[in-house]
Amino acid sequence: MKINRKTQLESEIPTASMPDIIFMLLIFFMVTTVLREYSGLPISLPKAKRIEKLKSKRHTSHIWVSKEGLVSIEDKLYKAEGVRHVMYEKRVSDPQLVVSLKADERAKMGLVSDIHTELRKADALKLNYSSKTAVD
Amino acid sequence: MLGKKRRFRGGEIPTSSMADIAFLLLIFFLVTTTIDMDKGLGMVLPAEGEEIEINKKNILNCLINSSGNVLLGGDPVEVRDLSRTVRQKIAENDKLVISVKAHKASSYKDYIQVIDQLKQANATRVSIAESN
Repeated sequence: MKINRKTQLESEIPTASMPDIIFMLLIFFMVTTVLREYSGLPISLPKAKRIEKLKSKRHTSHIWVSKEGLVSIEDKLYKAEGVRHVMYEKRVSDPQLVVSLKADERAKMGLVSDIHTELRKADALKLNYSSKTAVD
Repeated sequence: MLGKKRRFRGGEIPTSSMADIAFLLLIFFLVTTTIDMDKGLGMVLPAEGEEIEINKKNILNCLINSSGNVLLGGDPVEVRDLSRTVRQKIAENDKLVISVKAHKASSYKDYIQVIDQLKQANATRVSIAESN
């Protein structure tokens, strides 16, 4: 009988702190979530080997360039000359801005070069050529 | 007396369902979060009006034509061999600045390949000339 009593020890997982744990997770996901997503343009990205990861999604702004020569920022179409104003405003509101250029691999360099010039004029100098990982 | 009793009854917010509410919110944010980060080739553009004079000896011109052929300092090279050639040239002259100039009609893919090759050659001094 004595042995029996010992085995009847309570063996429950404490659930009192569960809401706190869940709240912690909740706060983490709330902070990391960026809700606004843009569909952009249909593009096939070029491939490269020496790629870097973009540090923060929050400080990243995308420019889509399709093979037809369309330029899209936040799902609005612009001409190459229009990039300057949009990017300048973004740069002013976020000094850590990194521009991610999502250009189609068949896009013409003339247009990409124009975007370079516009970004320089807008003082948005940190650029990232979005690309896929190349496998040998 | 009855009225008084009623006034004191149950003045608490039920907290037993709080965990469930938090769970629901958690699931919502879990579903909407995308962790995958964008990847790409990093590049820092020079500021507007920040042109600096470079000694001609330290410039290596890298030209890309409209059919994707690369001319490095006057000699045609294969894109695949670009990193090796550039690494040799940097070893000879560590002040070397590679000036990449792409033809207006050349494709972005060729340009990215050249930039990638230069990155593989650990060329930090890269300048992008305007296409024209």
